[in-house]
Amino acid sequence: MLEQVNLVKELADKHGRRRDSLIPILQGLMEEKNYLTDEAMVLVAKELDISAADVYGTASFYTFMDTDVRGKYVIRICKTISCSMKGKIDVLHTIEETLKIKVGETTSDKKFSLLETNCIGWCHKAPAMLINDTPYTELTPQKVTEILQEYMKL
Amino acid sequence: MKSSALKRVDLIFESVNVREILDKTLKRKPEEIIQDVLDSGLRGRGGAGFPTGMKWKYTAAEKNAVKYIVCNADEGEPGTFKDRQILDEVPRKVFGGMAIASKAIGAKIGYVYLRGEYKFLVPKLQEEMEIFHAMMKEMKHDFRLELRLGSGAYICGEESALFESIEGKRGEPRNKPPYPTTSGLFGMPTSINNVETLVYTVMICKYGADYFHKLGTTDSRGSKVFSVSGDTPKAGIYELELGMTVERFVEEFGDGDTKAVQVGGASGFCVPRKKFRDTIIGFEGVPTGGSMKLFNSSRSMYNVLHNYLDFFTEESCGQCTPCRVGCQQLLLGVEAVKRGERNSRYLDELVKLAGTMKISSKCGLGQSVGNAFKSIVENFKEEIIY
Repeated sequence: MLEQVNLVKELADKHGRRRDSLIPILQGLMEEKNYLTDEAMVLVAKELDISAADVYGTASFYTFMDTDVRGKYVIRICKTISCSMKGKIDVLHTIEETLKIKVGETTSDKKFSLLETNCIGWCHKAPAMLINDTPYTELTPQKVTEILQEYMKL
Repeated sequence: MKSSALKRVDLIFESVNVREILDKTLKRKPEEIIQDVLDSGLRGRGGAGFPTGMKWKYTAAEKNAVKYIVCNADEGEPGTFKDRQILDEVPRKVFGGMAIASKAIGAKIGYVYLRGEYKFLVPKLQEEMEIFHAMMKEMKHDFRLELRLGSGAYICGEESALFESIEGKRGEPRNKPPYPTTSGLFGMPTSINNVETLVYTVMICKYGADYFHKLGTTDSRGSKVFSVSGDTPKAGIYELELGMTVERFVEEFGDGDTKAVQVGGASGFCVPRKKFRDTIIGFEGVPTGGSMKLFNSSRSMYNVLHNYLDFFTEESCGQCTPCRVGCQQLLLGVEAVKRGERNSRYLDELVKLAGTMKISSKCGLGQSVGNAFKSIVENFKEEIIY
């Protein structure tokens, strides 16, 4: 808890305590942990002197600011048509089988979450996914297995 | 008969000395710069196509001491990926365009709003920004950039939603008017331009308005960066002169079996094979922010439509009823027709609903859902029903 208090203060010192500092602060929290806890949002509200409902209302608008518990590595596979046309479904099934989770779920060790997302801008190298901020493109079942195995070692 | 080859252009990615161009341009009067951009005929490259020179002129005319230039790098239209490539390869030209705009409109601060999906570009852009700031200092031009990131909301590409997001709020579009040129970011006069548009202003300042004006057609001057994907052996990014027909485009990029091209992404238009010859890619025909998706005869247009409707249902901000409920009902409606629970006449009702959304939605998202819906349903009715 104390750690979180300090982190929120640090982020507010860096980005300011104005309303337009809110999103950079929340994004800073997301970098530490892949989701926003209720406690963290209340701390941010206090720091910026706005209501906690305002903080939650803003955070929950943005797809990438999860308020549900997420794993250390969040996989977002593109579900837009260009990726579907290039074999995304086989890649998705491979991820589900490898991690033993379905879309929307998190592994029990809280290491991986699997989500679908809208177009991430790699249609010419479909199918594509993001693991946290890193894009992976031209995926095949074999390629995605190798990528996941690397992450499992981390 | 095969028509002549498409004209490739190399302006956006051409390696140029940005410092030299700025040295020359920042010494000029704002009116002169704006006149050049007006004379070039450049229209916004994000999709909406508003004349860039007009945008700058209106913002310049405002008397406020504080004004902003915003670079819209929230590229989220399905099938578009050119801004990522531009920011990755020629960020200095993008920032250079913002410096030119700052001179033209009288702004001291510029914001770059980058979509969260492109966060991997941040270290590179920050490094480039430091170089840029040092350059501005040397040139004694009072102008600073700030980088802001989106967080996975397509609607934030809509200009007023983008301002709301920079201001730290939910990305919900505002009513217009007032337009951004009078009341934009933080309520101040703001010119918001797409990444590609800004780079073109640099090239217009380098080569002159005439050079750009000679390319393209009366309604669509210059060239454009296209993001080509789908059933094509040549997926990728291509800068082409504007004014080509879909037919010429398909001759170049198709796989020999192209049955439809979706021009302009999910919010754009579907052009079926029988209309390839008579449809011009540009503001006089089908406009595009760059997204060009090809579909061959193995693809179900029902799946394409369903995918787009699913996209809009999720990305609608939910603020206004026509868009929030309309997107859901269009999706449920085509599903019901597909299952045979509703007859084909129901599709006509849905087309009417899409028309209502076009005139009653608050922003471009809800207003453009009907583009893809109508053009796919009307041209591929049997694929939607059976």
